[in-house]
Amino acid sequence: MTLWISGYILLLVKFGLVLGCLLFLAAYLVWAERKLLARLQIRYGPNRAGKFGLLQPIADAVKMITKEDIIPAEADQSIFLLAPTVVAATALLMFAVVPFGESLAIMGQRIPLVITDLNVGLLFIFALSSLGVYGVALGGWASNSKYSLLGGIRGAAQMISYELALGLSLVPVVMLAGSFSLVDIVNAQSGYPYILVQPVSFAVFFISAMAESKRIPFDLPEAENELGAGYHTEYSGMRFGLFFIGEYVHIQVLGALTAVFFLGGWHGPFLPPFVWLLVKMIFIALVMIWIRGTLPRLRYDQLMALGWKVLVPVSLVNIIVTGAVILMVG
Amino acid sequence: MTEIQQKNISILTAITAIGQGFATTFKHLFRKPITEQYPEEKRELPARSRARIVLTRDPDGRERCVACYLCSAVCPVSCISMQSAEKPDGRRYAAWFRINFGRCIYCGLCEEACPTSAIQLTPDFENCRRDILTLVYEKEDLQVDHGGKDAAYNFYEYAGVATDEGPKGSHEKESPPVNVRSNMP
Ligand code: SF4
Ligand code: SF4
Repeated sequence: MTLWISGYILLLVKFGLVLGCLLFLAAYLVWAERKLLARLQIRYGPNRAGKFGLLQPIADAVKMITKEDIIPAEADQSIFLLAPTVVAATALLMFAVVPFGESLAIMGQRIPLVITDLNVGLLFIFALSSLGVYGVALGGWASNSKYSLLGGIRGAAQMISYELALGLSLVPVVMLAGSFSLVDIVNAQSGYPYILVQPVSFAVFFISAMAESKRIPFDLPEAENELGAGYHTEYSGMRFGLFFIGEYVHIQVLGALTAVFFLGGWHGPFLPPFVWLLVKMIFIALVMIWIRGTLPRLRYDQLMALGWKVLVPVSLVNIIVTGAVILMVG
Repeated sequence: MTEIQQKNISILTAITAIGQGFATTFKHLFRKPITEQYPEEKRELPARSRARIVLTRDPDGRERCVACYLCSAVCPVSCISMQSAEKPDGRRYAAWFRINFGRCIYCGLCEEACPTSAIQLTPDFENCRRDILTLVYEKEDLQVDHGGKDAAYNFYEYAGVATDEGPKGSHEKESPPVNVRSNMP
């Protein structure tokens, strides 16, 4: 009984910690993005609220929360209200299977430093990222506006196409680690990170992950100069904020997943495991910001051609080659 | 060149081009931003920038505006209004003159239309108000005691109007009036 209760409390504590960290990081990732993007374009970025604009996320949060929550008269009420939560929740839930350290031993109890070690963790992540499409597509549809609908449709098409490449690019990783569990995948990289043996896989994963998170150069669902703001054109206040949080949590999740699958997760010398994971996550996020500051948006046909004609075939060939090598070596 | 070779070259140029892009943005990271920090750092604006409007005076310190209504007529948003009057010495002036800056779009057409250089736009653009009614400027608020951009110009020296400055025919570049009752040249 006590074991059960203590386990429950432990879960809640981990939950709170991870959630708090994620949201805090999301807020400051926005700040970092604005700052870095500005420097890439020889500007200063936010520098009014507090030193170096460090209070900007707080000011933004206050603004979002106090803004009027507008629901268009013709919108499909319940779906309109629900869509942003789907986006934010699926992004947050993905972090449940990301391990951030070796299991600790406190008072004779083994505490795994992961919210839940699912043996099909990878499938769980795919399931959630597929569900995230619903938030975008339904949000765009329920707004009852042309721009939103077009954005939602683009989002759905893009995310479904790139899901395929995303999934295929991780098959070699699963083959190498011999498990779907993220904990096992990280443990299998204690010797060397998989990026060294699977660079192609890494490239495909990274590109399709960026497309999944709808970042420039893949931000067609919200292409400002064509669609207003795309699927979240009609949203205001904290509901827009939820879309925003979802996007930035997604960036962190992608950073964490890239770290887990290719950069050895929390493995690393000297620093504590948690810090290593954080460093890798932030590094990936910074690279994504750099990409955003450099590349223009793809055209829609280019987007589809890249997904179906390049990434999918490349990852399929990669799977075959990996399989052959494993067969020969092992 | 075979088609495949050509394709390889185009892929290569594409990759180098992307690489150059990344290098450029990365170099920008270490440059000093070129942003002007506005409220702290104010740039000296050119004299012809168009913002708050003033009514200037001629070199003798007299009102230039002759209340001809041209500015009011040309104004695309009709934000200038006035009432003309005449002094005993023959000079016209505006009994009252009002510009509603809440409507003014600072297009500068009034300045272009003005025959006396009286109405002029100045570079002073910091005129935000909480209460829009405080943006209605009367003649006293508009008048300044200098000649603005055209300091030496004195309309009545050229005008051909009889004032205390002199009778008809005494102005610059003006010939004496023709006596219409005589045929003599
Ligand atoms: S600047 Fe243009 S809008 Fe303003 S008072 Fe003059 S004519 Fe009217
Ligand atoms: S400001 Fe100039 S254009 Fe306007 S009424 Fe006076 S003289 Fe005429």
